[in-house]
Amino acid sequence: MGEPGRTRSGRSALRILASYAVLGVFSLIALFPVLQIVTISLRPADRLLSTSLEVIPKDASLANYIALFTERPFFLWLANSTLVALVVTFTGVALASTCGYAFSRYAFTGKRIGLLGLLVTQMFPATMLLLPMYIMLVMLHLINTYLGIVIMYSATALPFCIWQMKGYYDTIPTSLEEAGRIDGCNQFQAFQRIILPLAAPALVITALFSFMTAWTEYVVAAQILQDTDMWTLPLGLKSFESNMGSEWGLYGAASVIVTIPVVILFLSLSRWLVSGLTLGSVKG
Amino acid sequence: MTGRSLRQKLFVAALVVPAFVVLFGVVVYPFFYNLVISFSNMSLRHIRDWRLIGLGQYIRVFTEPSQPNFYSVFVKTVIWTAVNIFFHVLIGVFLALVLNQKEIRGKAFFRALLVLPWAVPQLIVALTWRGMFNYEYGAINLILTQWFGLPAVQWLKQPFEAFCAVIITNVWLGFPFMMVIALGALQSIPRELYEAADMDGASWHHKLRHITVPLIRPVMVPAITLGTIWTFNNLNIVWLVSNAGEPSDQTHLLVSFVYKAAFNFYRYGYGAALSIVIFFILLAFSLTFMRQSKAAENVYG
Repeated sequence: MGEPGRTRSGRSALRILASYAVLGVFSLIALFPVLQIVTISLRPADRLLSTSLEVIPKDASLANYIALFTERPFFLWLANSTLVALVVTFTGVALASTCGYAFSRYAFTGKRIGLLGLLVTQMFPATMLLLPMYIMLVMLHLINTYLGIVIMYSATALPFCIWQMKGYYDTIPTSLEEAGRIDGCNQFQAFQRIILPLAAPALVITALFSFMTAWTEYVVAAQILQDTDMWTLPLGLKSFESNMGSEWGLYGAASVIVTIPVVILFLSLSRWLVSGLTLGSVKG
Repeated sequence: MTGRSLRQKLFVAALVVPAFVVLFGVVVYPFFYNLVISFSNMSLRHIRDWRLIGLGQYIRVFTEPSQPNFYSVFVKTVIWTAVNIFFHVLIGVFLALVLNQKEIRGKAFFRALLVLPWAVPQLIVALTWRGMFNYEYGAINLILTQWFGLPAVQWLKQPFEAFCAVIITNVWLGFPFMMVIALGALQSIPRELYEAADMDGASWHHKLRHITVPLIRPVMVPAITLGTIWTFNNLNIVWLVSNAGEPSDQTHLLVSFVYKAAFNFYRYGYGAALSIVIFFILLAFSLTFMRQSKAAENVYG
């Protein structure tokens, strides 16, 4: 008590040490399951089920990765997923960037109810649209088609994307368009040349969100895509997991390949993500 | 003047109409179609020759003596949501506070590691944790037995343990979201506030209660509302970790319960009615929560 300065600095050194310990422990917890996937993918075929906790298994091999591309239609699933994800991303960005702009800037009939509707869709349980859409797709003979799955994913992603774009446009001052209009732009040019480039962070987040929905979604795809040739990556992954005894290594290798692009995208965009998040918008 | 306002109308229409047409097709129409199905006897056997039967499916939702029934699944869903959100916010805010101290080095590194659970696709999270809960070969039991000398747990074959397993998986998955939100909110608090409090000799819990909590509150409340809705509605984790509700349909949330009724048992009318019921539960929750937190905000000034 006589030397408050010293006890205080001693206490703060202890606090920092404890802080690093906390961060270290939680980082390990966050990392461990991810390392598990890598470990499984490297296991040789005769040691798929192992009771060892080593990160790099003994006799590690890339055999699972090779088998994935040579013995399984993994390349086809990769192509299917890429196609579906790109179409969903393109539609999502195109529709959300325009519609969100109108919601942010103009008054029109149905605006209030439209905005309210977009929020309300967030409270729909997954089956709320999946079930009627599934029956509609059956009637329209769109089950087991890419068009069917693209329609389903747009239903999930679009309301959220529009809401997010509107929120971002709201933060851009209208004086910018007015200045553009004085300089002789028409409404469309003001939107396209001035506002759209400024909204790049929100466009990127919208694209990321749409892409991730399509790239990693399983429960909807499981109902719509039935032939193995039509499958997207998640369906292939799940089929490997179901045979845990014999195909666990393939599951690990496929998971690594599916996860890497997503994690890279996510981490490199995470700074923009935070600014998007604080506006009340996120990945689902 | 009229020419200009007409041009503006056309411009707005060009912006709005494409999205509205798509939304009508994939959201509005299916919503009302779902409403119609919920009043009908539609099932796999009656997919084309269905007819309206009134409130029969809704009565069935609340009174059917199925195993499990609506009420037990509802209680489980509420417990699941509450426990998950509690840990998401607790761990998330705690880590954000630790990470936000100015003396900590390597913030970006820790942040990247801690955000990983959010970045990994949910399907892979769920299936990998399911593997980790395997009785003989799963990493969880190996750690329990080899490092701590504890007995192995039958995670996926008993109702209580299976429910714990899905909750553990989802807590792992969900804390980064709250951490990122809280971190953003913390960074926007001016340092001078803390410095002024230090000058007055305020203790850390005093600062936490009177500066940190009230200032991150406006950001956390919408995040918690959204997080609650997502957790309540999260089909992926429970469906994939418990492999469609195992053991013997004891591990269900309302969403997985409807999914199974609709797509494994083809009970379309019943599934549609239950979807509507879940929707109204969530709507009621969101309205009350938002209103109450607004009231609380007013109290705080």
